[in-house]
Amino acid sequence: MLQLRGITKRFGGVVANDRIDITVEPGTIHAIVGENGAGKSTAMRIAYGFYTADSGEILINGQSRRIQRPLDAIALGIGMVHQHFMLVDTMTVAENIVLGSEPGSPVALDLEESAARIRALSEKFKLSVDPHALIEHLSVGQQQRVELLKALYRDAQLLILDEPTAVLTPQEVEEFFEILRRMRQEGKTIVIITHKLGEVLAISDAVTVMRDGKVVGRVKTKDTSAAELARLMVGREVLLRVEKPAAKPGEVMLSVRNLAVGSGANRSLKGVTFEVRAGEIVGIAGVEGNGQRELIEAIAGLVDPMVVSGEMALSGTSLIGLDARARRDIGIAHIPEDRHRRGLLLEFGLDENAILGVHHRPPVTSGVMMNEREIERHTADIITRFDVRPPNPALPARALSGGNQQKLIIGREFGQKPRLLLVAQPTRGVDIGAIEFIHRKLVELRDAGCAVLLVSAELEEVMSLSDRLLVIRDGRIAGQVDPASAKPSDVGMLMTGG
Amino acid sequence: MMALVFPFIAVIAAFLVGGLFVFAIGDNPLETYRLLIGSALWWPDGIGYTLFLATPLIFTGLAVSVAFRAGLLNIGAEGQLYVAAFATAWVGIVLGSLPAVVLLPLCCATAIAAGAIWGAIPGLLKARFGSHEVINTIMMNFIAIALASYFTQYHYRTPGDPIMQTAPISAHANLARLGQFVPGLPERIPLNISFLLALAACGLVYVFLWRTKWGYELRATGSNPSAAEYGGISVRRQIVLAMAISGGLAGMVGINEVLGYRHRYYDGFSDGYGFTGIAVALLGRNHPVGVIFAALLFAVLSRGGVPVDAFTQHVTKDIVQILQGTIILFVAAEAFFRRPIERWLTSLRSR
Repeated sequence: MLQLRGITKRFGGVVANDRIDITVEPGTIHAIVGENGAGKSTAMRIAYGFYTADSGEILINGQSRRIQRPLDAIALGIGMVHQHFMLVDTMTVAENIVLGSEPGSPVALDLEESAARIRALSEKFKLSVDPHALIEHLSVGQQQRVELLKALYRDAQLLILDEPTAVLTPQEVEEFFEILRRMRQEGKTIVIITHKLGEVLAISDAVTVMRDGKVVGRVKTKDTSAAELARLMVGREVLLRVEKPAAKPGEVMLSVRNLAVGSGANRSLKGVTFEVRAGEIVGIAGVEGNGQRELIEAIAGLVDPMVVSGEMALSGTSLIGLDARARRDIGIAHIPEDRHRRGLLLEFGLDENAILGVHHRPPVTSGVMMNEREIERHTADIITRFDVRPPNPALPARALSGGNQQKLIIGREFGQKPRLLLVAQPTRGVDIGAIEFIHRKLVELRDAGCAVLLVSAELEEVMSLSDRLLVIRDGRIAGQVDPASAKPSDVGMLMTGG
Repeated sequence: MMALVFPFIAVIAAFLVGGLFVFAIGDNPLETYRLLIGSALWWPDGIGYTLFLATPLIFTGLAVSVAFRAGLLNIGAEGQLYVAAFATAWVGIVLGSLPAVVLLPLCCATAIAAGAIWGAIPGLLKARFGSHEVINTIMMNFIAIALASYFTQYHYRTPGDPIMQTAPISAHANLARLGQFVPGLPERIPLNISFLLALAACGLVYVFLWRTKWGYELRATGSNPSAAEYGGISVRRQIVLAMAISGGLAGMVGINEVLGYRHRYYDGFSDGYGFTGIAVALLGRNHPVGVIFAALLFAVLSRGGVPVDAFTQHVTKDIVQILQGTIILFVAAEAFFRRPIERWLTSLRSR
């Protein structure tokens, strides 16, 4: 169906694709895996005409084709769904789908026929999308299906999906895979770019592995394993399971009693009670949007105190009435779930990011003046100890890959020597190699006597890291399980209440 | 490096476009520009007046920059400088019997404080109620200008004076002209100590923004309020603080105007300094050093416009407005030009 032959692409001095060959058989689901920056997205953007290759050729159904811009690709039956959706929020599904090829005369838009076609496509692939719904009223999963419809509406035979599951909850991923299988049944060819190995094994027929701009492996999915794929991606053996000694819980560090956030219909956390002891990791499992974020932010002091009720205390000191800074000052560190929105000043250098939250106190500041030399030392320390790359303190945080941004944040928060660490989605959008590192660091911190409260949407992650696991559903603690002995399916039942 | 390239290109491009206009009207562009720039940089009158005209623009450019660094658009520098100018004149009149050592600093402090308060009000409104600072600062401009006019007209005008201005301030509140110290600079040129204050303000703003924890908090708030909050910074306090500092800087225009130049409050004195300050900040990239250069450029243009009007066949001083307008347009359109120009520069370098 699609063949890339000897494709090379340079950005400035960086070789993003180095003579790569990729062959996608028709009617299959083909996974392209690799760490961030391995060049997988670049290769597919070349196939879709976003970039043009410096050399090499693209074959569609055995014929060499010139694809200079996305319009060429669309004409050849190629569709692409990007990681960040390209939808106009204030327009309807149908309006978004026809955008760029509006039916009807130039002065009168006729959407009826299009809507009928969209409905037919939606039924055929069981997407259940209403053509007249407004995009802003749809869930993320539904928006993604609109993106799929956009490609199908243009009669795409080959669909390229860039990290499609990054934004989906575990349930949505399952539904999404069902849709992909149905599309394969209907004869469509699908290329899925990802770095989640479990998903690759679950959905794909064949896998191309990339590393540092080169293709380093081509395997049939049925002949491979997660361990082999990980080794190919990273270039060395990778531990996929967390190795940790048994916890030695000490005194109660965090105690939360009847904590609730919001009022009336906006009540997202409905009274939770639990404790976290020094030297243990307590995990919170749950489908996203069940109050986890509010829980973490309420403890960190980032929720308007007017809407918080209940008791929170750190080692006996009540947190009520303390603002975010005061809570940091008594030893609460926080790795937020959304590092771009909460965790980083993307335009600022690594050095100015490394001091966020400790910038107001010695040794970083003396009086009102910031202590340049200390900031330099502090930043260099985080960069070396947490292996942040590239190790250039002047570089804006935006220039780092997701994994390195996360390592910077983790280094910063660990550097505060916290008594309680709040961690949300520590490995979201992070490479396998970095995940291993982050997990190890969290266990090290626990063993140093810190209390860790961990929230993650990755069931595997919370189950393997936690010493105790609480399940949250609809703003309440639905149960506690022993992560060592519980079956993932049982935890899943508690999460969904089914 | 790149940060400097684009404003520079914008200025060059604006001069090219302006040249086309001059040519179309029927004058010689080179001759016109020689007149424009030459007269503005002529010693001592040209340079003296250019620096004098640059002084208020440095203050307002800094004011807009500081607010912008906190993620706020202060469109209210105009109102802040009117309130400040009137307030400093009022102190200079009412407390005129105080000795200069007391009165002069007091008048300066009054100008800064009045501007700061006028700026802090929309800041408070935003922090408390979330009302947008652009709307509120614009509205407060009208209030400021009208209030100053009212008090001038009905309470502080010398009886019988046909001009809308207050009585003169006490001689104890006069700032010295630089002509008193600089050899070769005649004292009739109104360039005064305020210019040095403006340069000092640039230095202070630089140290504040990049060397103090308060400046860090202000910039962090502007860069990403959610992350600032996460880092224990009170975003609301930063909004009020940034607007107050911004207003205080705008208010320093009153020092130049009242204490340094006219020695009284003259109604409607501002030649849109507060608004030109937005352009100065934009061209100067919200950086104190950039603001100095941008303010000098705008001052050169407004000083050089006068002889262009007088000594060319057809071109009027409106050419200055065309140049200012196109500079702003090109700077604002940077995002559009950035990619092709960067590509061109890298291809030059690799050759």
